[in-house]
Amino acid sequence: MLWEAVRLALQTILRNALRSFLTVLGVVIGVASVIAMVMIGQGSTAKVTADVGALGANLLIVRPGQPQQGPGASAGTAEPFTLRDADALEAEVASVRVAAPASSRQITVIAGALNRTTTVTGADNRYLDAREIAVALGRGFYDSEARSGTAVCLLGQTVRRALFGAGDPQGQTLRLKSVACRVIGVAEELGASSFGTDQDDFILIPIRAFQRRIAGNSDVSLIYAAVRDGVSTDSAKGDIERLMRERRRIGPGQEDDFNVFDMKQIASVLTGITGVLTGLLSGVAAISLLVGGIGIMNIMLVSVTERTREIGIRLAIGATEGQVLTQFLVEAVMLSGFGGLIGVALGLALGALGSYALSAPFAPDPVILLLAFGFSAVVGVVFGYFPARRAARMNPIDALRHQ
Amino acid sequence: MNAARDPAPPLIALRGVSKVYGVGDAMVRALDGIDLTIAEGEFVAIMGASGSGKSTAMNIIGCLDAPSAGLYRFKGVDVSRLTRDRRALLRRRWIGFVFQGYNLLPRTSAVENVELPLVYKGVSAAERRRLALEALARVGLEDRAHHAPSQLSGGQQQRVAIARAIVGRPAVIMADEPTGNLDSARSREIMALLARFNRDDGVTIVMVTHEPDMAQWARRQVHFSDGRIVADTARAEAA
Repeated sequence: MLWEAVRLALQTILRNALRSFLTVLGVVIGVASVIAMVMIGQGSTAKVTADVGALGANLLIVRPGQPQQGPGASAGTAEPFTLRDADALEAEVASVRVAAPASSRQITVIAGALNRTTTVTGADNRYLDAREIAVALGRGFYDSEARSGTAVCLLGQTVRRALFGAGDPQGQTLRLKSVACRVIGVAEELGASSFGTDQDDFILIPIRAFQRRIAGNSDVSLIYAAVRDGVSTDSAKGDIERLMRERRRIGPGQEDDFNVFDMKQIASVLTGITGVLTGLLSGVAAISLLVGGIGIMNIMLVSVTERTREIGIRLAIGATEGQVLTQFLVEAVMLSGFGGLIGVALGLALGALGSYALSAPFAPDPVILLLAFGFSAVVGVVFGYFPARRAARMNPIDALRHQ
Repeated sequence: MNAARDPAPPLIALRGVSKVYGVGDAMVRALDGIDLTIAEGEFVAIMGASGSGKSTAMNIIGCLDAPSAGLYRFKGVDVSRLTRDRRALLRRRWIGFVFQGYNLLPRTSAVENVELPLVYKGVSAAERRRLALEALARVGLEDRAHHAPSQLSGGQQQRVAIARAIVGRPAVIMADEPTGNLDSARSREIMALLARFNRDDGVTIVMVTHEPDMAQWARRQVHFSDGRIVADTARAEAA
């Protein structure tokens, strides 16, 4: 009997193909958006985690200024670091593998007729090491260049493209303000960060050259500290704080005038944000699924009215209440089931597209697929039940007389 | 209750059956204590003006409706005490319906319409198709089996409806103004079909009509007026 009901429902659905399609559109959109949202959400979370990992999960950033300030906050009035602070960090803190001093400034650089405003960072090879930046073309800094502050520079891929196109920039000269600077190499492509910023838009020059010829001081604005493998970043952070308090003569009970920022904190903050966003969007999508269900109920009610006479015939011929109920319920469930299937397919497609656009990994979660599909079937049962019961309880005589 | 069962109870037996619709001032007494017995194999015409209660009687006899008072036994079973579903099962097993408006399922082929009662009986698909084609052949429509009702004339649709009524081998066919929508030639065809099933298969036929011409086909005429039976006459057997 159930098979008969399925066959009959299929017939009815196909005979009213357009109406059936429009009916399930709500469920299709609901299921598709739930799946796409959750998938894109999970994808971007995975990307954030991966990005932060790439940035250096073992990387600590030491900055002058109050600890409660975030990574974008200015150093304020706190005393800046010096090159000796970085050297001391690397030499005296056993848990730090390498400590790289860095100072940056936005500068418009000129190469021939072209110019570009980019971040010029004073650094040395320790910076490349700590941030795990490989040199794609040319070379890093020689120690002699680092020590003497020779005007040589290493370009990020974006700067290279902007100023030299596809050509080889090695040996070319750039002008950073008044400093003429010879290009020695190009860093490998890093891609966009989780925040969407271009990580390849930079120029590195030896930090001594930066201090003397661009900044005109001997400040170090931050120190990247790469933690040794197998050491927890938390314990390394403690070690660094102890050393810096000592070096900066901060007495007991006094607050730090610097902060040590763990990349893992950024990761957890970002993951939290994407989690909340995913939840919100999925909630909205779930509401649209509910609306889709109400659409099915509406059409099923119309269908019951429209087919009153048919129901009368079936009842007169000997269909029981249960059989008529089954017929309409199966029809509603099949409608929303079809909608669910199309929705899953559409959701996967949208999710794949979204993941591609965000360059996040495409990771369909079978649990979510099953859940969304199952929910659409439940929508069919719940919203199909009321019209089905109404059909089944009809008085056959009145139903037959219905015009 | 504990009386010994009649070895062969009449097919249809109504005793003091009343049907009341509505309550209070709006109360309408459609049937007022009628007694009627129909034996197996009879061909009965139920006649009367509209509002005489003949349709109500038809609905009760056809087990579509339950009486408000009185006793109705179908094959000895007290129908007034049955639930909706029990009555549905009774109809499924014993009763075939033919309506004035044909009442075929639209956009459904003739053979599928005829199969419908067998679907609810749980007959297998292949057997259903065989029986339905056989029934269509008996009403002379085997070559129209795959036409939809909209592709058939009124007379043809009514023949499909008759095929649907007989396909389950019922004890009785309830025909409600079966020729009401047809011209006289078509009407005679339909009546001839019903008479043939009555004669050849021994199917009891209870037909509601207000046309004396059609009632002539029956061997017994029961006249209703104001919810009561006013005449019950057997026609002399034609030579």
